This record gives sequence, structure tokens and C-alpha cells, in this order.
Amino acid sequence: MRVQLKTLLLGALLGCSTALYAGTIAPGDVKIEGLAIADSLTGVAGDAAEGRKIFANRKQGNCLACHANSEMSEHLFHGGVGPSLDGAGARWQPEMLRTIVVNAKAVFTEETVMPGFYSLEVGENVREDLIGKTILTAQQVEDVVAYLATLK
Amino acid sequence: MMKTKIYNTLLVAGITAVSLSTVSVTAAPVDETLIIDEEIEITTRAAPPEGHPLKEVISGWHYRTPETRELETDTFQNPGYLGVEQGEEIWNTAEGTEGKSCASCHGDASESMANVGATFPKWHAKMNKPVNVELQINYCRTENMGAEPYKFDKSGQKPLTAYIKNQSLGKPVELDLAAGDMQAWFDKGKETYYKRTGQLNLSCASCHEKNNGNYIRADHLSQGNVNGFPTYRLKQNKLISLHNRFRGCIRDTRAEFPAAFSDELMGLEVYVTWRGTGLSVETPAVRQ
Ligand code: HEC
Ligand code: HEC
Repeated sequence: MRVQLKTLLLGALLGCSTALYAGTIAPGDVKIEGLAIADSLTGVAGDAAEGRKIFANRKQGNCLACHANSEMSEHLFHGGVGPSLDGAGARWQPEMLRTIVVNAKAVFTEETVMPGFYSLEVGENVREDLIGKTILTAQQVEDVVAYLATLK
Repeated sequence: MMKTKIYNTLLVAGITAVSLSTVSVTAAPVDETLIIDEEIEITTRAAPPEGHPLKEVISGWHYRTPETRELETDTFQNPGYLGVEQGEEIWNTAEGTEGKSCASCHGDASESMANVGATFPKWHAKMNKPVNVELQINYCRTENMGAEPYKFDKSGQKPLTAYIKNQSLGKPVELDLAAGDMQAWFDKGKETYYKRTGQLNLSCASCHEKNNGNYIRADHLSQGNVNGFPTYRLKQNKLISLHNRFRGCIRDTRAEFPAAFSDELMGLEVYVTWRGTGLSVETPAVRQ
């Protein structure tokens, strides 16, 4: 019980507890149709500047660990596990980008190494304090998607 | 003389790191040969054993920066040898109620331990499971010396393991999977290797099989071979044991990680050691 309370508190502090936002779609209720997620997960538009920070932050998206991105040349090290995201906003509709970030497996294959950032289909033995939590919050996903859309 | 050489390579490394940004996110393992003290030739590329998923087995040495690679070519420069020397002292020191040292029973390690580093984990009939060098040391301590077993990564465990494995420096890794139930432990280890864990949902294979050669941020992913353990890690300035590395990699997937020397990690050690078949023992390898 004590542990639970602590996790709840921590979740609230980190903004991880998605239920806190009214109107937010829970990870289990996200509807993917034709590889697209039509609407914002929160009903609120994404903030591209915020998304840019989340993209680089090692504790949040850490997208740069796997993807190169010329628009972020201030960071020295970019990963090569996934494709370069230069032009991603031109290649993909925002609704598809949302699906890729929410659950990359739905767009690519089950085998993709890209984590699902708003999905509870995760690996085994998840760290105890992260059980039932998504990597990003719904609003963080929207912010990242807004940022990706600027990569033309 | 040696020093200037290192500084030069450091400089070059600095320049490559800059040009790395946003461009080179993939790099082939370097095409170089590792010779230690200008005499011990290390096999760092080998033909894979039957059933291996990769075309070539490659040591982690090839994926490291020039200055890190350089440190491993010279036993005087390699800081891991401080641990090896410490291990030699422990080898010769009597401990426990029986008043015996390792040397009391095994004599000259360069003879009695010559193949250990290249052939462990090995089936242990009395314990009815595979043991690695650390577990064999603990077995000898409790059964033959009347001494307490070492706790994971504590007291003499890392230096003594490094000293023993270092006796096999240059010898090709080859496990006997026909002994006892080794095959069953291998199979369990293989399952662990491909099991996706944690919130990030990644397996060992996600990083070391599918993506070796790619950068994951600043880290150049290798095949994750174990022939250099315990390795000297520059980032941490100390010897790092294999089970510490395993646990670190699993933790990075945001998963709970198994206990050191648990059945799960022993199976994994058997399997991953087999994946490095044919590579020379490099203990103590230098990694960043
Ligand atoms: C652990 C590695 C990894 C991480 C972390 C990761 N990705 Fe990916 N991503 C991939 C891989 C690999 C692919 C290619 C699909 C495949 O082959 O499975 C991909 C594909 C993509 C694509 C489509 C690329 C294209 O142009 O066709 C986008 C967009 C994308 N990722 C965005 C992101 C964002 C945004 C983040 C962080 C919130 C992120 N990725 C984090 C590995 C990763
Ligand atoms: C998220 C990526 C990732 C995953 C998953 C991962 N590792 Fe690693 N591993 C690394 C990185 C980065 C390094 C340091 C660079 C290198 O040597 O590849 C490393 C290093 C290693 C090394 C040291 C190699 C050497 O030459 O010193 C071993 C052994 C290893 N990993 C084994 C494993 C095993 C076994 C698993 C699964 C239980 C695993 N790794 C899962 C990223 C990963």
C-alpha cells in the first residue's frame, strides 16, 4: 500500500499519471484506423518547441539515441539504429506520425525495435515503478508529433 | 614515446567525434589487428560456429575508439592489470580454516589455469549446473579452504577472476556443450537472449544482433561478446564483471533485473559465451 502511494505520488510529480488530464484517451483506448490516429490524444494541440526538447531528452523521448536529425546539430551524438528523421514531416501525415510514436509496431512490424511511447504492450519484467505507465504522457506524444511535422 | 602516440590518437578521435554529428551514425568495426605487448596475437574476428546467426564473430575491441583500443595493446598501460596483479596476490594467500591458498592445491596458475578462461562456464557434476569462474572460486573457498564465499563483485572476486582468466590470454573460446545438461542451459540462455524486456521492450538481440555497428547515441554497439571479462571500464575506472554488465544492459530496457549468478543469468552466460566461440580471451579487455 505504501509502495502504491509512493508510485502514485511519483507519477503525479512526473506527470505520468495520464488519468489526471480530463479528456485524455487512455493507452488502452487509442483507436488506430488505417494506420492513423485521427485526433489528438488530449484534445489539445501539440507544442512543437516542447516536443523538440522531449525528442532530445534522455529521460523522455530520447529519440536521438536511435535517430539522426539534422535539425538538432547542436547535439553531438545521434543514433543510427533507426532511419534519419530528416524530412519525416514531409513523408508522413501527422495522423501517421502519431501512430508511429504511440505504438510503432502498429505501423512497422512486431519485430521493430522502436519502443511504443504510449502503449502498454511492453516487454517482460517491467521495472516495478513503471508498471502500467507509458514512456511519454499523451500530451508529450502530441508535442513530439507537432515537432516531427515541422521536419520537412 | 608511447604517451605522445596516445595524445595524437586522442586528438584524431576528437576530430572524428565532431564530424560524427548528424552524419555518421553507423560505422563498420575497424579493420585492425590486436597484438598485445608486440607478441600475443589476439583473434578478434572468427568464423562463427554452426547455427550462429551472424556471418562473423567480432570482438568488442573493434568497436572502441582508437585510444581505448591502444590501451589494450600494452599490459603496462592497460589499467586492468592492476586488478590482475591483485588477483595473483590473492591466489597465493592462505585463507579460511584449512589454511590453504589457491596455490596450495593448484600450484602455478600459468599451467593449472591455462585453459580455464577459454572453456568456462563448464559443467559441474556435483553442483549439477554450469559454473563460471566466480562460482568455481566460491566452491573452492567453501569446500576446500573453509572460507566464506565471496559476495557478488565484493572482496577478491573480480581481481581473482581476472587473474585466472588472464592465464588464457590469446586462447580461443570453446565451450563443451556436450557435458552434463549444458545443452539445456544453453537453450534457456538463448530464450533469455531473445526475450524482450522492460518498458522499452528490447532484447539483447535488438541491440547486439540487429544493430551491432550502429550508434545508439554516443555508444557504438558491438556484438556484446564476453571474451574480455572482467573488463576494465574507463567510464567507471574499475574492473566490471560480466554479470554486472548483463544486469546493466537489462536495466537499460527499464526492466527488473535478475540476481547475479541466478539460473537465468548463468544460462545467458553459457549462451552468450558460445556466441563468441573462436575469439581469443582478452581479459582484462579495456572498454569505455
Ligand atoms: C530503440 C530505437 C528507437 C527509438 C528510441 C526511437 N525509434 Fe523511431 N524508429 C526506430 C526504427 C528501427 C525505425 C524504422 C522502423 C523499423 O525498421 O522497424 C523507426 C522509425 C521511425 C519513424 C519513421 C521513419 C521514416 O522516416 O520513415 C519515425 C517518424 C520515428 N521512428 C520517430 C521516433 C520518435 C519521435 C522517437 C522518440 C519519441 C523515436 N522514433 C524513438 C527506432 C527507434
Ligand atoms: C538498449 C540497448 C542494449 C540492450 C537491449 C542490451 N545491450 Fe549490451 N550493450 C549495450 C551498449 C550500448 C554496450 C556498450 C557498447 C558495446 O560494447 O556494445 C553494451 C555492451 C555489452 C557487453 C560488453 C561487450 C564488450 O565487448 O565489452 C555485453 C557482454 C553485453 N552488452 C551483453 C548484453 C546482453 C547479454 C544483453 C541482454 C540481456 C544486452 N547486452 C542487452 C546496449 C544494449
